[in-house]
Amino acid sequence: MRLTGSQLRCVRGGREIFAGLDFTADAGEALAVVGANGAGKTSLLRLIAGLIAPAGGSVTFVGGDDDLSPAEQAHYLGHRDALKSALSVMENLAFWRAALGGEATNIDAALNAVGLDHIAQLPAAFLSAGQRRRLSIARLLAVKRPIWLLDEPTSSLDANGQAMMADLMRNHLSGGGVIVAATHLPLGIPARELRIGATA
Amino acid sequence: MTALIALLRRDIQVALRIGGGALIGVLFFLIVVVLMPFAVGPDLALLKKLGPAILWLGALLASLLTLDRLFAADHDDGSLDLLTMSRTPLELICLTKAVAHWLVAGLPLIVATPILGLLLNLDGDATLAVALTLLAGTPALTFTGMIGAALAVALRRGGLLLAVLVLPLSIPVLIFGVAASNAAVIEPAGFGAPFSILCALSLAGLVIGPLAAAASLRHGLD
Amino acid sequence: MTLIDLANPTRFLSLTAKLLPWLAAATAILLAVGLYQSAMAPDDYQQGATVKIMFIHVPNAWLSMFVWGVMSLSALGTLVWRHPLADVSAKAAAPIGAAFTFLALVTGSLWGRPMWGTYWEWDARLTSVLILFLMYLGLIALWRAVEDPSRAARAAAVLTLVGAINIPIIKFSVDWWNTLHQPASVLRMGGSTLDKAFLIPLLVMAVAFSLLFITLHLAAMRNEILRRRVRALQMQQASQPRA
Repeated sequence: MRLTGSQLRCVRGGREIFAGLDFTADAGEALAVVGANGAGKTSLLRLIAGLIAPAGGSVTFVGGDDDLSPAEQAHYLGHRDALKSALSVMENLAFWRAALGGEATNIDAALNAVGLDHIAQLPAAFLSAGQRRRLSIARLLAVKRPIWLLDEPTSSLDANGQAMMADLMRNHLSGGGVIVAATHLPLGIPARELRIGATA
Repeated sequence: MTALIALLRRDIQVALRIGGGALIGVLFFLIVVVLMPFAVGPDLALLKKLGPAILWLGALLASLLTLDRLFAADHDDGSLDLLTMSRTPLELICLTKAVAHWLVAGLPLIVATPILGLLLNLDGDATLAVALTLLAGTPALTFTGMIGAALAVALRRGGLLLAVLVLPLSIPVLIFGVAASNAAVIEPAGFGAPFSILCALSLAGLVIGPLAAAASLRHGLD
Repeated sequence: MTLIDLANPTRFLSLTAKLLPWLAAATAILLAVGLYQSAMAPDDYQQGATVKIMFIHVPNAWLSMFVWGVMSLSALGTLVWRHPLADVSAKAAAPIGAAFTFLALVTGSLWGRPMWGTYWEWDARLTSVLILFLMYLGLIALWRAVEDPSRAARAAAVLTLVGAINIPIIKFSVDWWNTLHQPASVLRMGGSTLDKAFLIPLLVMAVAFSLLFITLHLAAMRNEILRRRVRALQMQQASQPRA
């Protein structure tokens, strides 16, 4: 499996963010997208996720399901949590497991892996920022998709949380998955660097 | 299919649990209807004549106010991003959200109509007619409104713009809804034509609404 | 020169720069001719001289619909073919269409005063034009509410097309509603079988107003292209490092 971006051009609000961007990520590989603020790290992730249409170039995923677009085979962990405060931890996760589509896994195991199984019935309104982040991460485990697009995956997480995330990422890679992560901080796993924007 | 059912369940659960749930729309409907006699005068004969119109206007405005949050809530918390990445077509997702909205916002209005009909001195036939036309017409209001909600999703004063965009498009539904209600009371033979057109508008909305809403959402996600 | 060449904004600017003076002149001449012919036309046996408001009112009403059609084509250009000038065309046309609609309403209202005795009557034609006017205003509001021009263009395109589908429905429903609630006076707007004395000035005025629209539209498109260039330059300046 290989995720490829060729000659990608991104235009937001009339301003060209980046152009002529190429990258590849093979199965088991992690790509760390680095660059200054506003360089376009989030834009690149959103572009691969199909949330932004590229002004030029294309994103292809070879070796996955040919009937699906790369976006439909990807998980996107953005800045926002996509959680409903009125629903419980379990209900939130169960919803995304059903709604996203793909190979669903055991919910309890997913909650266990992120350390939230003891508060499964708690309304999401009572979660701390770190716990909300963990619940979002559980979403990546609840449904299996080969591509993980992570925007600042370690934000809001304490040291334990960051170690947990590193473990999960390692598992995903050893299972043949691909990770593209935008980050300021070290990911905690070996990753190839993709720099966006002018070098300092 | 499971995805759509899950979405339907979630939207209904969230709507029922927060912000007063289904009852707040009914409450607004009640207040609007109660305001009318203060504006128009307590003349029962006049209220009886205006009854269907007042009920329809109240339903239209109540429906409009709840449409604002149809997509805005999901947009704000990032759910909309993930829904576009699901393996279910966005058009079907929009359709499901519209159905959830109608069940939570439209259906209670219809259920409340008989009580409000009493306040406006409507007799049984008239009230039944209004309820029936609302049943046939409120889906059209939801589907048309959904288009405006999708267009205004990312805007801050979205609520007002939504109303400005949606209300002109809702005029045919209002015309035929009230006409059918009045016809049912005055001259039952004249009920069929406007009522069928009302149903046709809802069916047309069923198709056009989700298509236009999905297109708007896709273009607006940047 | 093919239509595709026209897609280039620079080409468009230079072409229209040459074309506009001629169009403006032709418009002015035709309007003058039309107005003269309208003034010379005989009085209506029932309405007297006031029927001549028709020569301004009717072309404006036709144009209010025609402009929505032009915007719908532009909308297709934006959504389907991503034609670069389609956005500009749609945005430029909206206020002009709104103005024609407003003129139709005002002239219709002025015409109504001697005919109906009031400035406003919930007559089927006037009511549907009023709704059309509201839709134009809503569209303009949408253009202005969305910050990013290309996002605004796509949102406006969807609304324009939805509106286009709705306009026949609205006209039909308002006509139907009006026959249900037929006002007391029966209207005779010069009759459907127009005498040649009326028909020719009317057609001349219609063509004149159409030319007016084309001239104004092209001029507005030029302004919009220049406005976008200024914006691009400003943004470029903003992203420059401090000197």
